[in-house]
Amino acid sequence: MIVAPVDIAAASVMLLLITGLAAVLFRKSPGFLTTVSFYSCALASLMAVTSGIWTVAGNVTGKMVLLSGLPDLPFHLRLDPLSGFFLTVVGLLCFFVSIYSAGYVKAMTGRKPVVKLVVFYCLFIAGMLMVVLADDALFFLISWEAMAAASYFLVMFEDEQIENRRAAFLYLVVAHVGAIAILLSFGVMAGLSAGFDDFSGFTFDAMRQAQFPAKWATIAFLLAFFGFAAKAGVVPLHVWLPEAHPVAPSNVSALMSGVMLKTAIYGIVRVTFDLIGVFPWWWGGLVLALGLISAVMGVLYALMQHDLKRLLAYHSVENIGIILIGIGLSMIFTSFNLPVMAALALIAGLYHTLNHAMFKGLLFMGAGAVLHSTHERNMEEMGGLIHKMPWTAALFLVGCVSISALPPFNGFVSEWLTFQAFLLSPSLPNQVMKLIMPMGAALLALTGALAAACFVKAFGVTFLGHWRGRHQPNVHEVDWHMRTGMILSALTCLCLGIFPTVFIEWTDVLSESLVGAKLSTSATSGGWMWLTPIAPERASYSGFIVFLGVLIVYAVVYAVLHVNPGKIRRGAIWDCGFEKLTSRMQYNATSFSMPIRRIFGFLFHIREETRVSPQAAHSAFPARLIYNLRIKDRFWNWIYKPVADATFRVSRQVGRLQQGRIQAYLIYSFLTIIILLLVKSL
Amino acid sequence: MNIQTASQINGFLAAFVLLTAFGMLAQKRIYSLIHLFTWQGLFLSINTAIVGYVANKHHLYISSILTLSLKVFLLPYILHALIVRLNIRKEVETVVNIPATMLIGIALVIFSYHLTAPVTELSTLITRSTIAVALATVMIGLLMMITRRHAVTQIIGFLAMENGLFFAATSATYGMPLVVELGVALDVLIAAFIFGIFFFHIHTTFDSLDVEQMARLKEEDYTE
Repeated sequence: MIVAPVDIAAASVMLLLITGLAAVLFRKSPGFLTTVSFYSCALASLMAVTSGIWTVAGNVTGKMVLLSGLPDLPFHLRLDPLSGFFLTVVGLLCFFVSIYSAGYVKAMTGRKPVVKLVVFYCLFIAGMLMVVLADDALFFLISWEAMAAASYFLVMFEDEQIENRRAAFLYLVVAHVGAIAILLSFGVMAGLSAGFDDFSGFTFDAMRQAQFPAKWATIAFLLAFFGFAAKAGVVPLHVWLPEAHPVAPSNVSALMSGVMLKTAIYGIVRVTFDLIGVFPWWWGGLVLALGLISAVMGVLYALMQHDLKRLLAYHSVENIGIILIGIGLSMIFTSFNLPVMAALALIAGLYHTLNHAMFKGLLFMGAGAVLHSTHERNMEEMGGLIHKMPWTAALFLVGCVSISALPPFNGFVSEWLTFQAFLLSPSLPNQVMKLIMPMGAALLALTGALAAACFVKAFGVTFLGHWRGRHQPNVHEVDWHMRTGMILSALTCLCLGIFPTVFIEWTDVLSESLVGAKLSTSATSGGWMWLTPIAPERASYSGFIVFLGVLIVYAVVYAVLHVNPGKIRRGAIWDCGFEKLTSRMQYNATSFSMPIRRIFGFLFHIREETRVSPQAAHSAFPARLIYNLRIKDRFWNWIYKPVADATFRVSRQVGRLQQGRIQAYLIYSFLTIIILLLVKSL
Repeated sequence: MNIQTASQINGFLAAFVLLTAFGMLAQKRIYSLIHLFTWQGLFLSINTAIVGYVANKHHLYISSILTLSLKVFLLPYILHALIVRLNIRKEVETVVNIPATMLIGIALVIFSYHLTAPVTELSTLITRSTIAVALATVMIGLLMMITRRHAVTQIIGFLAMENGLFFAATSATYGMPLVVELGVALDVLIAAFIFGIFFFHIHTTFDSLDVEQMARLKEEDYTE
């Protein structure tokens, strides 16, 4: 074989870097620049997808050593099936989003120079690809930081507004705290695998071969998990997500939410299953517990939002939670030596990783399309967009159905697999786990239901009804580039939903290499049409048949309604005789989520205020009511504010060292020298 | 010259180096400070040449000539020129009063002897008895930088410290390799030029060479 997948992947990274560099040359002609560079990104992403699919399907592992690192510390690249899987996830969404961006960014060119966006976009994708390709701690961290820095500049793209700068700063702080934890974790593992005399332990190969003492392995795992959780947005490290995602350009939010968070999942899987390898069950329990909390809290906070992109950002927290539930279950099953069940849970988690990338990318692209044509992020001002933007509405609906885990789309399959994994937990030999598992399953079910409610709200308020805002903008459907990007990801959502067996057969090598069992023997025992995770008599699902059923029902209803044209009448809305109905009186996002706000109110920091405007003649006949509702994340006051305040206090104390007088500084050095000499001489 | 005599001359010169160091600590006038610094450089240079002769290390002659030309002629000349250009004639103000400074200096000398006692025991060089003096000179230079407020005196303190280091190198190991010494000499020269430039800037900005004024450059505490 002359060309190996790893060569294609490396070429893809090179193409992205070259595109990023070349973009600077064409800053004079932004139209040409955006078209060419985003097509080039799409091509590079397609190359990454090719090499990823090939690697997983062929179970090939390619390696490459670049001599471009530091002296004696070359960069190691390795493309094994796990990297290949994540390469596919990253590449696939980047491909769709790059096509979308060609239209989305072109529309921005009139307002702002876009060359910065293009350059950092390329660097961002290259960083994500390099993270999954890296096979040593140094290159991994360099790529990780390149990814974080590039995405920081992308979040900062519209830096005129102070909220964007604040959000970007918050993101940068959390990203760096996480990166330090990851660095320390790699340090522990590298030190234990090859000693502290030289740097040979920094390659992942050395870490893989080493046996870690249990205590140190736990420290390494906790550090790595903390670091990756900060990137993934696991509760309570999620606060940067709802700040940074809404302010970034929508194509960037799609990538950040869709795939950047997945690199953290990759990191967790890589470190636990591959580098450390052997672990006690409570690690899995921890991952599972945090996953459950993230899932429930994420969806509850999402329900309270009325900014479309913020809502989607909180849903990322929820979905990362669901993915971690799968990974955590898999870790538990592995530590109890139940490989087939571990394989089921792992595949469920990885499946959801891919699915979430697809539907969240689609939803952010849809939100971007809405934002692009209405210049509005607040759902309370929108409504009735389905008439003006039918394509976007239909595609957004596909995303909503997928994320709400409804058949026949992809979200259902992966969540259903996660449930199957939960239902197998009675065979665990641990009593505590047996007790806790049903609660976990119930929480996951609650999450699913709340997510569905949330997307009824998101879709209904945005696209249905009438325009709620005071000034109706000139809304128009988006161009073909943007539509193509969304159509492709919607089709992928559908395909992943109706052909799950193909996916499971494709990922067999992953579960076989990581947990030592494959799922396809039992999962596809009923033929390609039926997905049977354990056995046909226990549970089975056929996405294809459900899809056919949905199509038939749709066709019948359409036929019944349209065969006789007189059946559909369009008339004015019935106003109960009130006669002064305005579009402001519609059901809106706040009112929709009100019952849930009442039930789960204790989880939020709610400030609600109703005032009667003073002009009224009598308080019984108010001219106007003013209603104010502010919902804040409780975690701010619980965790972040104390930490931030303490940091400022300590810095102010330390700041006293800065006297401003040279003599004082000299005395510091002088005393240090004297004390050191004293200590040495004693 | 036999080894006995050389050792005695070495000790004699070390005593003079220390004496000039104390002289600088006590001296209030800038001109006299520069003169003392020049003398210290001269003693150092002679000492280096003698050590080079006795120990048969010819590269020390080059060091000696370097010291002579830099620290006896060039640097005092630059400092003189600076003082004339900037028209600094007033007496040097100190932060701590002079007797107290002298007492601290004496404590430092005793401390240095205590510190270097183990080294002196192990060493076989003829210069071993002067290591303590060299260390004391370094510390006194630093002390001088701490206790003076005038930028020019601080530079003299810095240069005196460098003299002490050079002396320590000669006493402890018969000098550093020639390349290192050349490098250090160049560094000192460049430092002197940079200081000269900075003096002009500080003088024009603050209208004074009192380093206390620079406390104004400190970042103010940000209070909400």
